[in-house]
Amino acid sequence: MATVEALVAGPITADTVIDQAAPSKRWGRLGLLVPAGLLLIIGFIVPLVIMLWYAFTDPSVGFGNFAWYLGDAVQQRILLRTFTTAVNVTVICLLLGYPYAYAMVAAGPKLRAVLTLLVLVPFWTSLMVRTFAWVILLQDHGPIQSLLATVGLGQIPLIRTNLGVVIGMSQVLLPFFVLPLYAVMTNIDRRLILASSSLGAGPITSFFRIWLPLSLPGVGAGSLIVFISSLGFYVTPALLGSPGNSLISQQIFTQVNGLLQWGRAGTMGVVLIVITLAILAILALVIGRSTSTIKGVR
Amino acid sequence: MSDSSISQGAAITLNKLTKRYGDATAVDAIDLNAEPGEFLTLLGPSGSGKTTTLNMIAGFVDVTEGEILVDGKPVYALPPHKRNMGMVFQHYALFPHMSVGDNVAYPLRQRRLPKSERGRLVADALNKVGLANLSHRMPRQLSGGQQQRVALARAIVYSPRVLLMDEPLGALDKKLRDSLQLEIKRIHAELGTTFVYVTHDQDEALVLSDRIAVFNQGKIEQVGSAQDLYERPSTIFVAQFVGESSLFHGLAVDHGAGKGVLSSDRTLHAHRGDARTGAPAALVVRPERIRVQSIDGTAPSGNAVRGRILQEIYLGNSRKLEVELGDGSKVLVRESAGDVTANRPGDLVWLTFRAEDAVVLTSNESPDRPQAADDHVPVFASH
Repeated sequence: MATVEALVAGPITADTVIDQAAPSKRWGRLGLLVPAGLLLIIGFIVPLVIMLWYAFTDPSVGFGNFAWYLGDAVQQRILLRTFTTAVNVTVICLLLGYPYAYAMVAAGPKLRAVLTLLVLVPFWTSLMVRTFAWVILLQDHGPIQSLLATVGLGQIPLIRTNLGVVIGMSQVLLPFFVLPLYAVMTNIDRRLILASSSLGAGPITSFFRIWLPLSLPGVGAGSLIVFISSLGFYVTPALLGSPGNSLISQQIFTQVNGLLQWGRAGTMGVVLIVITLAILAILALVIGRSTSTIKGVR
Repeated sequence: MSDSSISQGAAITLNKLTKRYGDATAVDAIDLNAEPGEFLTLLGPSGSGKTTTLNMIAGFVDVTEGEILVDGKPVYALPPHKRNMGMVFQHYALFPHMSVGDNVAYPLRQRRLPKSERGRLVADALNKVGLANLSHRMPRQLSGGQQQRVALARAIVYSPRVLLMDEPLGALDKKLRDSLQLEIKRIHAELGTTFVYVTHDQDEALVLSDRIAVFNQGKIEQVGSAQDLYERPSTIFVAQFVGESSLFHGLAVDHGAGKGVLSSDRTLHAHRGDARTGAPAALVVRPERIRVQSIDGTAPSGNAVRGRILQEIYLGNSRKLEVELGDGSKVLVRESAGDVTANRPGDLVWLTFRAEDAVVLTSNESPDRPQAADDHVPVFASH
C-alpha cells in the first residue's frame, strides 16, 4: 500500500521507491548482494584483517614491527626501488601504449583487428611462460645481447638487473594500459578533430588541444592500473631480477617463506597498502577534477 | 584587413566536381556556383551527394575529379585548416573540455590574435547569437539549441568569407528549428558571408535560401530560387521533392504554343513543358491549383479529369483530398479553408485546372525503369 501511495503522491525517484518498498522485497534485493558480499568478505576483508593482526601482534603486541621497518635503511631503499620501478614501468607503458592505442583507433577495421589481437595474445598467455621467455631473451648470451654486440654496443647487463625487470614488467603490463585507453579513445567524437581543423588548427595543434585532453581519463585509468599492479608484482621481478635489487614483494616472500617473520611481512603489506591508497587518493582528486570537465563527451 | 573587406563573402565555383568511392559515384560531375554573399542551399534526400559536396568544399573529403574555386583560385592544395572557411556541424562538435568562451576563442587563438582583441571578438560573436552571458558555461550545461548557437558563434567569430553548414538544425525540435532558421537568416544578412547550407528539409531550404540546388543521386536536378523551384520545376523529382505535386501520366504531345499529355481517356494541356513529343511524360500541377467540381451537371471545359475521392485530411487552414483517377493513379488536391467544397470521400468528381498552372515534364517512369522519385516523398507529407 505504501508503494501505491508513493506512486500517487507525486514525483518518484529511485530512492522513494526503494524506501517505500515492502520489507520482503527489500530483503529480496539485498539478497542479490550475498554472493558478491561473501566473496568480498572471505577473499579480501578476512585476509586484510589477518594481515593487520599479524603486523600488530606478531611476535608481540605493539608497534615493534613498524619500528623495525622504519628503522631499517635496507627496507627503505627497497621501498624506494619498488616505487621507482613502478614509475618507470608506467612511463614506458605510457610511451609505448599511447601511440599504440591511437593507432588502434586510427586504423581501418582489418588492421585494428590485428592490432587488438597483438595486445590480447600475450594477455591470454601464462605469466610464467612470458617471464621465462624474457629470461631467455635477456640472458647474458641471449639474442638481445648478441644483437647489441653486433651493432657494436657491447654488453649491457639485462638479466638480474632492474632494467631487465622493468623491461619484462612493461611487456606484461602493457595490455592493462592499452585497453582502457583504447576504450576512452574510441569514444572521442572524431568530428571534433574535423571541427578543429575547420577552425584553423593544423593536425599537431588539434592533437594537443583536443585529442590529448579528451584522452587523459584513459591515460589516468591505464597508468593507475599499471602502477598499482607494478607495486605488488612478484613473479617477473623474482625471475628477471636478483636478490641484490629485489622489490618489496620479494622481501615479503623472504620474510614469510625464509624467516617465518609473519609480523614483518604483514607490516610491509600494510605499508604498501597505505602508500598505494594515499597515491590513489591524490590521483582521484587530480583526475576527478580534469574528467569532470570532460563528462558529456559523446 | 579592414572590417569591410573581411565581411565580404567569397565566390565559390564547382567545376565538374566528382567523388567516387570505388565503383560508387557519390557526386557526379556537378557544376555549381555561389555568388559572393549568397545563401546557397544544397537540398536533397540522404545519399544524394549534398553532404559529400560540402565536405569536399571544406577539404574533409578528397576530390576525385573536377575542381573547386574560391574567388577563382583552386583550393585543391589547401588542407582544411588553411581554407579559412567556417563550418557548423549537425551535432555541434563543441569541444567538451572547453568553456563556451574558449570554444569561440579557439579559432582566434589559431590565428594568434592578441588576447584583448580575442575577448572583444568573442563577446561580439556571442552577442550576435544571443548568448552574451554564457561565456563561462561548459557546453554540457547548455541545451541543444544553445550549443548550436555557440557552434555558430565559433564559426563566424573569425569572419570567414565562406560559412558551411551541414544540417545544423537536424538534431533540434521543430519550434527551435523555426526560430533558429530566422536567426541564421538574420546573421547571414548582417555578415554578408557566403553561406553554403546542406539540408534535406525543403521547408527549411525555402525559408533560408537565395538559391537552392536540388540534389538527386549525385547529380544536381535544378538550381534556382525557391520560387523557381516551386513554380517552374524542371524535373519531376524537383516537383515532388520541393512541395507537393499532382502528376497526370501519359505521352507528351504538342499542343498549340504549349505541350500536352495524352493518355487513354483524355488529353491535358499545359502552357509550358520540355518533354520530347511522343515520350513518356507527366503533367505536373500543384495541388492547390486544382479545383474539385461535382460530377453532376455539364462537363467542364478545358483541362478536366474524372476521379473518385479516396480520403480527406483536415489540416486546419486547408484540407487535402486524395483522388483516384481512372488509370488507378492517385493525385492530391488542396482546398484552402475559405474554398472548401461539399465533396466527400467516395464522391465522383471532376478535377479541373488551368493550362498556365501546369507543366509537362519528361517522366522517368517507364516499364524497364521503375519510378524512384515517388519513394522519396510520402504522398501525404504533412506540414
